[in-house]
Amino acid sequence: MRIFDPHAHMTSRTTDDYEVMAAAGVRALVEPAFWLGQPRTSAGSFVDYFNSLLGWERFRASQFGIRHHCTIGLNPKEANDPALRREVLDLLPRFLAKDGVVAVGEIGYDGMTPAEDEAFEAQLALAAEHELPVLVHTPHRDKLEGTRRTLELVGRSGLDPEMVVVDHNNELTVSEVLDSGCWAGFSIYPNTKMDEYRMVRILQQHGPERMLVNSACDWGVSDPLKVPKTVAAMKDAGFDDDDVDRVVWQNPVEFFGQSGRLILGDLGERDLTATFEGNTVLRGERE
Amino acid sequence: MTARLRDPETLKRELELTARPEGLAWLQDALAEVAGQPAAIRMRFPSVGREVGRDPLEPGADPDDVHAWTIDDAARTLLLAALGPGAADELDDLYRYGDAAERRGLLRALPYLEIGERAIGLVDDAIRSNDTRLIAAALGPYATAYLDPDGYDQAVLKCVFVGVPIAPLDGLEERATPEGARMLAAFVHERVAAGRDIPAEVWRVIDRFPPEEELKAIEAELDGPYADRRQAAERALAAHEDTLTIPDKEPR
Repeated sequence: MRIFDPHAHMTSRTTDDYEVMAAAGVRALVEPAFWLGQPRTSAGSFVDYFNSLLGWERFRASQFGIRHHCTIGLNPKEANDPALRREVLDLLPRFLAKDGVVAVGEIGYDGMTPAEDEAFEAQLALAAEHELPVLVHTPHRDKLEGTRRTLELVGRSGLDPEMVVVDHNNELTVSEVLDSGCWAGFSIYPNTKMDEYRMVRILQQHGPERMLVNSACDWGVSDPLKVPKTVAAMKDAGFDDDDVDRVVWQNPVEFFGQSGRLILGDLGERDLTATFEGNTVLRGERE
Repeated sequence: MTARLRDPETLKRELELTARPEGLAWLQDALAEVAGQPAAIRMRFPSVGREVGRDPLEPGADPDDVHAWTIDDAARTLLLAALGPGAADELDDLYRYGDAAERRGLLRALPYLEIGERAIGLVDDAIRSNDTRLIAAALGPYATAYLDPDGYDQAVLKCVFVGVPIAPLDGLEERATPEGARMLAAFVHERVAAGRDIPAEVWRVIDRFPPEEELKAIEAELDGPYADRRQAAERALAAHEDTLTIPDKEPR
């Protein structure tokens, strides 16, 4: 089974995680730019983070035969910092032009503040300008209302809804997202936002079209194997291989493929001895 | 344990009851120093925990209660108060370069300082964090006074989301709004639809401004097709019944 995890914060993960993900069938993933848990206090920290997503993390993934892509954006949480917002938004065009950047994201709402409106709207415009898909984070709190406001803003932006994935859905948001024409993303977590059994139920109700399943695997309690585990739960529930492949491979390829910047043709073999700017994941140890 | 406001003299007396004598001596020395030379607080502030102590201010308080003041919170509050109006010039950098304990102490100190609403940005920043102690400390009387209504509603929801008990919040009664009640009821519905539980205290806010649509949606889950969701709805509504039958505690 080939697996594409469309939302995985690998910066928070160890090489052990890459190893078990590869062993479980993950061949490609997208790492969205997001909040690191600790707020950044200058735009320079964002430059380093974006460069890390484009360079070091892509290299680390390649060591395990996993193709790493990323999305670039100013997350809603830090968009609330007035000292950062304008400066980071002004940096984005340089990074949105890079190879391997397959969407603008994660953008969207956290507390639904005017500052978040401003950053969200500005980045939807950047997506249109750069002809990139958009990865939208929906708020943890007041999720249904946040999702509705998201869909309104996307509607007003003039973007084709097929270019937008609205992520972190649950039982109460999925219908409105699918009805809007946007893609619906689901982050499968241990215990919280969504688990693999609830996900199976949603797939039974709504079918596999425009559905994306991810592990998020961020710095919080999360599990980088949640997509393979969802595959197992789907098979247990009687989904056939075609449906499974559609959800965990074809859908993400189709969605992010709209960027024209997915690179999947030459998926590499693992090579732990390669270096990135002189640095190796073997921590200097060479054979 | 409520986040009620003490006056500085009370804080001092409570500290004298719980802190070590050598810690109190250090604090006296530090208070005299920063009163004459405000910039001295930059070096004093970080060492308060190791010099004066970190235990709960009230002996016997639960050390895991995120709302409970600690000895270092009280000592830092006195240090900042000793700066008088000069506190305003030090706050931003003390917060920016502060570790979690320093930030918590600073947030607790805000209502004691002569600073008006100028520190509300620090409160916003702390609420955006995922540190439950910082969130709890940010939502004291200063936030009650200066946080805007949307911000307060979001902060209460955030507390529920990250597990900070809301019943002890200083401004809960005064600042709760119909929009806040609606968001909490929507949160209950979302949890029920996921087959999960809610903290019963959310009903205290929801009951003040009952949102018809969300409450109907929660009740409709009782007749839904999935057993786990039906059971979650039963548990959520039973928790509501319990809050109605237990009379509110006397205000302290």
